[in-house]
Amino acid sequence: MLSIVKYIGQALVYAAIMASLGFLATSPAYQHFPPDHAMIKLTFAHGGKHITDCVRTSREDLKDLAPNMRKQVRCSRDRVAITVQLEIDGKAVYDHTLQPAGLRNDGPSQVYEGFPVTAGKHVLSMRLRDTKRTDGGFDYETTAEVELSPKQLFVIQFRPEFGGFYFN
Amino acid sequence: MTFLQAPIRAFFAILESALDRIFGAKFNPLYHLGALGFFMYWVVAVTGIYIYIFFDTGITEAYDSVEYMTHDQWYLAGVMRSFHRYASDAMVLFMVIHIFREFAMDRYRGARWFTWVTGTPVMILIFASGITGYWLVWDELAQFIAVRSAEWLDWLPIFGTAIAANFLTPDALDDRFFTLMIFIHIAAPLILLFILWIHLQRVSNAVTNPPRALAVGMMVAMLVLSLVKPAVSHGPADLGTVVSVLDLDWFYLGMYPLLDYWSSGTVWATLGVLLLILLLLPWLPPMRRAAPALVTLDQCNGCTRCQADCPYAAITMVPRTDGLKFDLQAEVNPDKCVSCGICAGACPTATPFRRRADLVAGIDLPDSSIADLRDRIHAAADLLGGKTRILVMSCQHAARTDDLVGPEATAVKVPCIGAIPPSFIDYMLSEGLADGVMLSGCSEGECYNRFGGHWTKARLEGTRDPNLRKRVPRERIGTFWGNKMQGGGLRREIERFAGSLADLPKPPLPDRSGPPPAPSRSKEASDA
Ligand code: HEM
Ligand code: SF4
Ligand code: SF4
Repeated sequence: MLSIVKYIGQALVYAAIMASLGFLATSPAYQHFPPDHAMIKLTFAHGGKHITDCVRTSREDLKDLAPNMRKQVRCSRDRVAITVQLEIDGKAVYDHTLQPAGLRNDGPSQVYEGFPVTAGKHVLSMRLRDTKRTDGGFDYETTAEVELSPKQLFVIQFRPEFGGFYFN
Repeated sequence: MTFLQAPIRAFFAILESALDRIFGAKFNPLYHLGALGFFMYWVVAVTGIYIYIFFDTGITEAYDSVEYMTHDQWYLAGVMRSFHRYASDAMVLFMVIHIFREFAMDRYRGARWFTWVTGTPVMILIFASGITGYWLVWDELAQFIAVRSAEWLDWLPIFGTAIAANFLTPDALDDRFFTLMIFIHIAAPLILLFILWIHLQRVSNAVTNPPRALAVGMMVAMLVLSLVKPAVSHGPADLGTVVSVLDLDWFYLGMYPLLDYWSSGTVWATLGVLLLILLLLPWLPPMRRAAPALVTLDQCNGCTRCQADCPYAAITMVPRTDGLKFDLQAEVNPDKCVSCGICAGACPTATPFRRRADLVAGIDLPDSSIADLRDRIHAAADLLGGKTRILVMSCQHAARTDDLVGPEATAVKVPCIGAIPPSFIDYMLSEGLADGVMLSGCSEGECYNRFGGHWTKARLEGTRDPNLRKRVPRERIGTFWGNKMQGGGLRREIERFAGSLADLPKPPLPDRSGPPPAPSRSKEASDA
């Protein structure tokens, strides 16, 4: 082959390699999330109450135990599963009963869930039950109206010491 | 696996011929994929050290420091950043082609399993390096990677607390995780280098540097790319928002969109299965391996030529054990041997001039011995009888010669073109078995057994032991270097060769001038 043709050919091959590098390094663009939406994230870890109430042990009982095992109060380590509900604009989007973590069911239950919504006003209501109650009621309930801007990440968290549900 | 290999191989064959014509076989990038990968590694390393000087390792300062490089100092640090990115991408590109090629060329199983299997961690480390690299910019892309990676890792039951919680709110963010990423981004490439070294333990004289012309060409091309399309960041990360549209680097981050569509568990399972298939590929199904080379000690004079020529580091020279007066003897590690026969082609004792009973080489393939080769050459020569009689010595991995039988030209198959001791060429011509000998090996630069063609050329040129004797008329030796698909080209070359042979004066009568050199330690012996 003519050497000039060869050199042009080589230039074209280099150009093709660089074009594929340059292109795939940024393209095609990927839409991870619609730009006119906001994201509501429900995420927290919270341990339910212990399954059985703590009991005060009598002297009689303690007598038979090794000294290092003599505890005044005995608690079950198992926690109850918690139930969490989220409604957005009156529609239930999340309703789950979450088992405690850990091999001995003694860890907190965890939620990590995202709900894309259109930006704008929304009414959120959240409910959580962390006790053994069987009446179907909840121990914590919050309803709030929020105004979300596009691409906003709105995090719903929960901490009893903060009075239950709170936002970021 | 042939049903998968054949189409990929056919594709490569077309590409190969085109690039051969454009670059010449010596500079064909397809023959230097591993070396190009290495080269890119060094480019990434050097540019990485440079931009690290300007990089601020605090999570809140990192973004601005990268912006400074990219915009204020675009002409140097910016270009370095672009090189760093594009060379990393090129490493993935060349690696992927390299994997497909080794697979399609069937160089991944049998004794070669080791090189294949050790390539897999290399791949994982490259991705770990690249992903953590994008993390360090701490822009929206980094945020996307951070959140998705954390969610993905949280699926594994090994981390007590949710990593993703670190990326929920701007105040949750801390430096510790970021520092860990910087650490991984530096440590992974270093471990990578070590694993690459292991990757090449069973490949002797591995080519880890591309030809200078290719290296220069790549650098110039990358410089142009860096100026035309410099690497830039997205907007700064903001954990109070969700990132929307991203310019993904598909070489490194192509997996991330999957996490938007599939559950973390599904992605883990998919990657796990793919990785497992990749790791087990050499045994799916296992290769029917030919018997490894065997040393016949009383024939070996310890000349070390077989060790020097073995492409897979399967031969070691060890102290003599049989009391002969030589210092060393050859020893084959059967696990590493791919049965290419190149060692027999290098052994001075593998000469067909010896009497039948004597024809045992110091090192030989039990399934395709030198004695057997001589018999098959005689059988093929008996079929010849045309105007010009050509014996075609045909590597089984090169151009197809299955139906090349006839009075003009008949093929004799060998496991590798390098498995033919040069004395055989001398023998065929000087014994009058043929008017010409055609050697057909793999494409130049892409020998199935790495060095078969290379050593053959050097032996013909007289630059590597064992040399082809000077008395052998070079005009009666033809060569053709081509892949399996190039049977047509070989036939045309044979016709052309026949034409040139017809123009030559009749060869002298069989030359029986003395016996061939006896096994000797003297280097000159082969060209006596
Ligand atoms: C960027 C990463 C990699 C680099 C820089 C690299 C480099 C190399 C080099 C320099 C060689 C020797 C070539 C020669 O001199 O003949 C080689 C051989 C080989 N590589 Fe890689 N490699 C990489 C990744 C991989 C991966 C991921 C795999 C497979 C999963 C792989 C499979 C192989 C095989 C099977 C061979 C042996 C070829 C033979 O037996 O002739 N490599 N590699
Ligand atoms: S046949 Fe010989 S040259 Fe080829 S791999 Fe085995 S020992 Fe090495
Ligand atoms: S005589 Fe043959 S087997 Fe022995 S070291 Fe030399 S090449 Fe190898």
